[in-house]
Amino acid sequence: MSATTAIRWVEACAVEDIDAEDVIRFDHEGRTFAIYRAPDGRFHATDGLCTHERVHLADGLVMGSIIECPKHNGRFDYTTGRAKGAPVCVDLATYPVRIDGDTVLIGLG
Amino acid sequence: MPTEIRRDYSLTGPEADRAVARGLATADWYQCPIPRKEMKALMARSDGPALRDTAIWFAALFLSGLGGWYFWGTWWCVPFFAVYGILYGSSSDSRWHECGHGTAFKTPWMNEVVYQIACFMILREPTVWRWSHTRHHTDTIIVGRDPEIAAPRPPDIAGILLNVFALKSSWVALKKIALHATGRLYPDEALYIPESERGKVFRVARIYLVILIAVAAWCLAIGSILPAMFIGLPTLYGAAFVVVFGLTQHAGLDEDVLDHRLNSRTVYMNPVFRFLYWNMNYHVEHHMFPMVPYHQLPKLHARIKDDCPTPYSGLWEAYREIIPALWRQRKDPRFFVRRRLPGHARPLGAPPAGAVPAE
Ligand code: FES
Repeated sequence: MSATTAIRWVEACAVEDIDAEDVIRFDHEGRTFAIYRAPDGRFHATDGLCTHERVHLADGLVMGSIIECPKHNGRFDYTTGRAKGAPVCVDLATYPVRIDGDTVLIGLG
Repeated sequence: MPTEIRRDYSLTGPEADRAVARGLATADWYQCPIPRKEMKALMARSDGPALRDTAIWFAALFLSGLGGWYFWGTWWCVPFFAVYGILYGSSSDSRWHECGHGTAFKTPWMNEVVYQIACFMILREPTVWRWSHTRHHTDTIIVGRDPEIAAPRPPDIAGILLNVFALKSSWVALKKIALHATGRLYPDEALYIPESERGKVFRVARIYLVILIAVAAWCLAIGSILPAMFIGLPTLYGAAFVVVFGLTQHAGLDEDVLDHRLNSRTVYMNPVFRFLYWNMNYHVEHHMFPMVPYHQLPKLHARIKDDCPTPYSGLWEAYREIIPALWRQRKDPRFFVRRRLPGHARPLGAPPAGAVPAE
């Protein structure tokens, strides 16, 4: 539990801002994040830029638990951040997410 | 008399640094505005269209190959091998391309299987081309950055003509395969293929060599080129449409611009050509939105065409522009065809520093 106390929860968006199986961009304090709503309704968050060439993943396509980058179609599992093969070779950072009423909050370190 | 300026198209020469200094490398490109909901619908994947097209493609390969084999030794085999060759040597170009993007099928392994087969057919090593094509999409027709500029200025007209039978491209491909089989890369390739991917390059090059040598040995053993008519030679005798279709993509158009509407062509084609080419004639659309599968490109075209230059009515109109442009570029490498945006099109963003048209 001590790890969670260090997390700073930041309001990212409203629940209804994201369709099921979709993603939106969230910018905060000079950083950019991608907030996902999985087909099962759960929310996830990762860094907003692809690890290949710093393209915004929020312009990409969500398919199940995969986000496909809009530039070269590199794929990540956004629930774990894992890069799924060329041309993405470096994993994405992920962030905890919690829902408070109608609000999606992401946990930043 | 125009001054002749030869630029260095390699990725290791001075143009590479110049492109970076001018803000042309890994830059932001113009995109026609499309609301997210519409874009999602256009990007949506499905297996159906590519399964259907691939079934037709393999069935046509089988039937034309069967005819070629049956009539071997008579002139009747010629039309059958002509069809087989075009399906093998030319259609493979769009198949490796679409499946390499991972958009043709929804199911990843289906993309991968067709990608590997099509790459072999056109003798393009899968890992090398995956990475070179990635760079082509990052830095489309940016000199010193894009490894896939088919018609540099001045153009190699003899090379283009040789490639009607894939003679130059296959010679280059075989030299690369031979080098990769020894566990080495060319310096340009080392710039865009990460270390972690190189083992795959070397492994596949060895597999390609083994297959090609086995086919050659089979021909020698039976004293006939018939096996090579099915595997290997169709890369050459069926290559014409790789050039005919492929040159329309960018040849003669501007370099070093961050707007695909100015360096790519969309050319209307008949349904047979669109089947062979998997809609890559919608090339502005493909470059602007590479996430959109080939079967959705006509819809994307309809959506953005008012924001783009007038498409070409067909190959005839495209080549009436390309041939004179390439011919003129032999002597005047500064010349290029300037695409006109419609008056109501959204204006270009601020041009990057120094990116002034050559005329
Ligand atoms: S920028 Fe994301 S895959 Fe290349």
